[in-house]
Order: sequence, then C-alpha cells, then structure tokens
Amino acid sequence: MQTILRLFLVKNAGDLARLGVILALAGLILFGALRYDNFLSPYNILSFLRYNSMFALIALGMAFVIMTGGIDLSVGGTAAMASVVAALLSPYHWAAGLVCGMAAGLAVGALNGFIITRMRIQPFIATLATMLAAYGTGLLLADNQSVSVSYDSGFTVIGQDDFLGFPIPAWIALAAYVLGWLVLEKLPIGRHILAIGDGEATAGLMGLKVERALAGVYLASGTLAGLAGVTLASQFGAGQPTEGVGWELFAIASVVVGGTLLSGGSGSIGATLAGALLLAMVFNILNFENGLGWISLSAYWQSVIRGSFLLVVVVLQAKLMARHRST
Amino acid sequence: MLLSMQGISKAFAGVPALKTASLDVEAAEVMALVGQNGAGKSTLIKILTGVYRRDEGSITFDGRDVDFSMPAMAQAAGIATIYQEINLAPQRSVAENIYLSREPKRFGMIDHGAMRRGAEAVLKTFNLTIDVDRPVAHFDAATRQMVAIARAVTQNARLVIMDEPTSSLDEREVAILFETIRTLKRSGVAVIFIGHRLDELYEICDRVTIMRDGQTVAKSPMADMPKMALVRHMLGKELAAFQAMAPEADAPMRPVRLELDKAGAGVRVRDVSLAVREGEISGLAGLLGSGRTETARLIFGADRMERGAIRMQGQDRSFREPADAIADGIGLVSEDRKIDGIVPDMSIRENMTLALLPKLKKAGIVDRARQDEIVTRYIRALGVKCASPDQPIKELSGGNQQKVLLARWLATDPRVLIVDEPTRGIDIGAKSEILKLLRNLADEGLSVLMISSELEELLAAADRVTVLSDGMSVATLPRKDLSETALLAAMAHQEAHQEE
Repeated sequence: MQTILRLFLVKNAGDLARLGVILALAGLILFGALRYDNFLSPYNILSFLRYNSMFALIALGMAFVIMTGGIDLSVGGTAAMASVVAALLSPYHWAAGLVCGMAAGLAVGALNGFIITRMRIQPFIATLATMLAAYGTGLLLADNQSVSVSYDSGFTVIGQDDFLGFPIPAWIALAAYVLGWLVLEKLPIGRHILAIGDGEATAGLMGLKVERALAGVYLASGTLAGLAGVTLASQFGAGQPTEGVGWELFAIASVVVGGTLLSGGSGSIGATLAGALLLAMVFNILNFENGLGWISLSAYWQSVIRGSFLLVVVVLQAKLMARHRST
Repeated sequence: MLLSMQGISKAFAGVPALKTASLDVEAAEVMALVGQNGAGKSTLIKILTGVYRRDEGSITFDGRDVDFSMPAMAQAAGIATIYQEINLAPQRSVAENIYLSREPKRFGMIDHGAMRRGAEAVLKTFNLTIDVDRPVAHFDAATRQMVAIARAVTQNARLVIMDEPTSSLDEREVAILFETIRTLKRSGVAVIFIGHRLDELYEICDRVTIMRDGQTVAKSPMADMPKMALVRHMLGKELAAFQAMAPEADAPMRPVRLELDKAGAGVRVRDVSLAVREGEISGLAGLLGSGRTETARLIFGADRMERGAIRMQGQDRSFREPADAIADGIGLVSEDRKIDGIVPDMSIRENMTLALLPKLKKAGIVDRARQDEIVTRYIRALGVKCASPDQPIKELSGGNQQKVLLARWLATDPRVLIVDEPTRGIDIGAKSEILKLLRNLADEGLSVLMISSELEELLAAADRVTVLSDGMSVATLPRKDLSETALLAAMAHQEAHQEE
C-alpha cells in the first residue's frame, strides 16, 4: 500500500486527500458520461466552465485565507456588491465596470485585513460583519433590485464571449490559478503564509511580517470576490444584490475537499481547483438527474447538499489527520 | 568582548525586575546563565533581544552600542534565540524552516534546489543527515532543536541564546546537542546557555554568570566555581541536601494500592507492569519516548487500555475516561503545566478548585466560604508564595504554579497521585521543596507515582523505581538496590537487547 501511494507522490495525509479528490472527480465524470447523453457535449462543458469560474475564483482567495488559519465569510456579500458596482459603471466603459467592481472587492478585503490585523478581531467575526455590510451596501446602491448592465460598452463580453474556443471567465480563472500557484509555491510570501498558518506567534519570532501577509490574503480574497461579482454581472446581464448567498460555503467546501486543513499551515492550489470542480460537478450531475425526471431537486436542496458535503469532508479530514498522527 | 551589558535596570509597574544587572560574553565561549526562577535571567535576555526595553544601562554588541526595539532587529544584528519550546513552523519542511524569511531566490522566485543544498550542507556540519524536504514535525525534539540552531547559523548569528535547551531531550540527544554547541564554538560563535541541570552546565560551559533577585551576584570560570558555591550563590543560603528526605531503606512492605499488569495500548505502551503501594513514592524512570507519560495517561483513563489489567486495591478496574479514574481517587499532575494544567489568566483560587467545583456546589452555586477555606488551607500547607489567592496564576513562579496544581488534586482527597516530571523548569530550591512535600504526603498515606527524567531526584525521593524502556517495564528496583549505576544499567539492558 505504502509503495503504491508513493507512486502517486503521496507523502502525507494532505496528499492522500488530494489524490482522493482527483480520483473522485474522474469517477464523477465517468459516471456522468456513461449515464447522460449530452454530458460530454461541448455545450455542457462550456457552460459548466463559464458558470463555475466565479466559484473557482472565490475558492482560490479562500484557499489562501484558510492556509493562514483564517476564514473569509464576506466573499458572497462582496461578490453581490461588486456585481452591482460593476453594473452601475458598465455604461461608461467596459473597463470601468471591471476595474470598479474589483476595486469594490478590494475595499472590502482591505477592511477585513485592517479589522483582523490592527483591531485584532477574530476573522470569523470580522468577516461576518463585513459580509452583512457588503450585502447592505449592494442593496442600497441597487435600490433593492437587480441593475441591468450596459450592452453597448462591451461589458458583457467578459462573461459571455469565448476566446480560443473557451469561455473568457474560464481563462480568467485559469490565469488566477496559475498566478496563485506561483505565489504559493515559488514566492517567499507563499511559504510565509503557510508558516503563519502553522503558528502565528512562532512565525513572528522567526522574523516574518505576519500582519502584512494576513492583510495581503484578505485583500486578495476580497479582490477575487470582486472579480467573481464582475463575472456574475457580465454573464447574467445584471448586477444582483441578492446573489452570493452561500457562496462562502461553496468556497470553504472546495478548499477543504482539496485537502487544505481548516487549521491552516498546509494546502495546495491545484487541489483547490480540483475541489471546486468536484463540487460543481456534483451539482451538474444533479441537474442532469433532474432532467431525467426521476428526481426533482430545488435550489434549496442544493444548499442542503452543499452543507452536508462540507460536513462529511471535514469529519473525514479530522479522522485522516488523527490516524496520520497516531502512526 | 563580544557582548557587554552593564548596569541594566528594569521595572514592571514600579516593581523592579532587574537592578543594575550585568552580563559579559566573549566570542567563542559558552556562558552559563543561572539563577532561580524570578532571578531576572529571562528579563535580561528579553532586554538583550528587543522583547523588552531597558530603563537604564548600556549594551554593546560587537563593539557598537545597541538598543533593539524588536526581536527582528536583534536577529539582524547577529543574535539568535532558541526558545525552550523551539519556535519552528511544524508543517513546513526542514529546509524551509532554516531559510524562512531569507529564502535563496533566482529571478525573484524561491530557488528550492539551492535551499535544499544549503540546508543539507549546514546540517552536515552538525553531523546530521536527514531528508530536509520532510516537515519539521516528523522529527524528534533534538533534531528540531538542531534545525533551529542551523537556522541561527545561516543567519550568521555571532551569539546564540539557548533557553533551557535540554529540558525535553534525553541523554543521547543532550550529547548530540553538546557536540553541536562545540561545533558552534569552533567557528567563533558565542553561546549563552540557560539551564538548571548542574552536571550539564559543568560539562559544556566555560564561564558562569549567576543571578539572584534581579542582580548579577557572581561571575567566574566554570572550573573555579564548585557546585556547592554555585548553588549557594543562586539560593543565597545553604541548600538542604536532597538526601535529608530520603526514605528509610528498610521500610516495611505495605499493601499494593494500584497495580498495572501487562498493560498495553498502541505502540508506545507495549507491556508495562508496576505496583504503587500505600504511603510510598514509586518512581517511573526511562529515557524520553520510553512510554512513561503514556503509561500515566493509561492509568488516568486519558487513553484507552487495549491489553492487560489495572487494579485498585486488588480489584479490576477499567477507566473509560479521566472522570472514572478521578472518581476512583486517582489524580494526575501532568508534565506540561502550560498545556494541560494551569489556566493562566485565572486566579490561584480558581485554578486550585477547578477539579473540585462540582463538589463545592450548594444549591447549584459555588460555596464561596468553603472554597476560601480550602484555598487558604492549601496555600499555607504547601507554602505557595503569592500576594493573594486572587492573583492570576501566570504571575507565579514555576515552582509555585506546580504547588497550586498539586493542591488542586490534593483537595480532591486522592488515594493515588501521579506526578509527571514534577520539578521540570523549577529552580533547585523549589525542587527540593516539592520533593519534600511529596514525601510528607506519602508519609500521610498517599500513594505517589513519580515520573522523572532526573536520576538524582528518583534516588532522593523514591521508595522503588520501575524502569521503562521502549514501552516495556524492564526492571523494578527496590530502595536498597537503588543507585545511579543500577538505574542506568536497567535502561541500557533493553537497548543492548534491541540490537540483537
């Protein structure tokens, strides 16, 4: 068993979880391909990628936050608010919508970082507060309804068009993940983020700039949520102040499924992407199953499934860690 | 002179912690810094490393006046500190830990190859060949310490401060550490060695600086300072010899109160048999990792026993959780006060009665009068030095914290008390006080199981000693057969056996 695992570059419990998520993803794809006629059709694949890119973006930001041992509950509210900001500014120029939407996310991220590092508030509480504030701001700006984007400025290209045969949101997400991988694996700051998740006090004593790194991950998470909001507005043609509910749970679940420990100090960008795809694939398959007519699952049920999924994964992770530690 | 600290004073909220203390260290020497808890050692070191600011005095390091306002500045100047708890990022690899914050880079990115080679090279100078890609958490305490030292060396440290570096090492690991210190010396690095074990100080240190009550009371080459003189300087009085409280060699055999019969669980405890008799101190010896603490956890019900039997006064028992063991009259004062024992911000009163609260309830509310009575009684009985019972326990010295923990269990009126390393991190004066206390408790009928790594302590206090090795009880030595050689022989026996 040990040698078989070695073959797959499995050295520890985290690697095992990562191997598991990739195998599960492959299994689901195989299952879908065999069971549903149009599962592997270009239409399904492309719309799958287009729709789920926003979730992949917030999962990436969440991965960095969780690696430091923190959590960012504000991503859903931030994305909703950013989608409104982007929609409101889209008539002026497509870039105004893009930049200002991201800036709105960045602002929330900066606020999170400030509250957590300077006012020493627990990330859970800090981001819970900014989540509510972001939702409220979005609703205020949108006057409690969805805001149509401009179709003349080219803003909708971001979310709806393709480039080299693939949806632009998918390219954006791919670029973000490549950048994220570089930061984590190749730049000192990535290793510092992991060391901080391993123990903040220790990291400080080793001379790392803890506050700066923490502020940085919340800034990145907020900005990526902003980008997800821009994608949302562009893709659906409207800024949607009531979207984003439960997105943080999707992001947390993706990260955790990808073998990143909720306690911080370990994690992988590739596995986070695989985790996000796996979770999205579950819902894609449920949609197909709905289409077959055997079952009928509402969006509310999706929420229940998402929550249960996260619970199962976290319990499995805890068990795996316990066994790893005892051997 | 590499380091010269002169006339250092520091007060906290008006209470002086240091009064014109001084410390001089030459390049390439190992300086012992000793003193009782509260003597001012750690305050002095924290002023040097920029954790605290001094009120008065001057510091010159490497020929320049310095005044560090944060640890990173002291590090940059060439002063590295290796704390008792070894500050490393456990899940990061050995190589990353050595280079964290100073990663070798190529085109702005981490050069993992150079980092690995550098880490291997520096560890090789300490004769350590390990897989530097593995997480630090996979290695034992001695190796982790070596990694911390390697980190200091690659930071071009001229002075390495080691705060009780041997407290979690066994004898073999101490030997490795000392070899590393000698290597440091040869390359011109100075070491400040803070420690409590006299034999170790005499083995590795060149000179000694002794502190008492915030002042530097003596400086001398190690060789010119006899042990008794050193202890006298530290305590400011003659130390009552350990032997004074040694039990009668031919005490009559008393009935067995607690018995383990071929107990085992997992890989750490394989086959342990031992007996603790009424009114005696039974020692549990063994090298680090021999399963001593794990055996204690088994008895206490913190871990589940998988094999064998546990008996209280001849009756078979099975403890599913500590509450069962406590109900049966077993108490455990654990090894690490900070993790398992004290609640630092709570008062002495609360810490002392934590385990007792359910019994102190009257109509669901804590009976304050009874609580006060118990707390006052034990503060007096055990000689806890404190301003008031409402003082937060974190303000007490290690020895006094330990007394509060002892009191916590004594107040539950136990029949068996397990003490795991009862004198760890406690100065010599308080050590003999704690041992005397345990002796008195045993004389009053309590059964004590004392786990200790310090042979002198076991020799001084125990009525019999069971020796563990690799999770097995390999010998039980009665009082009359107890000697340092006998204990070492018992520990060594199993090691020889393993090599076959």
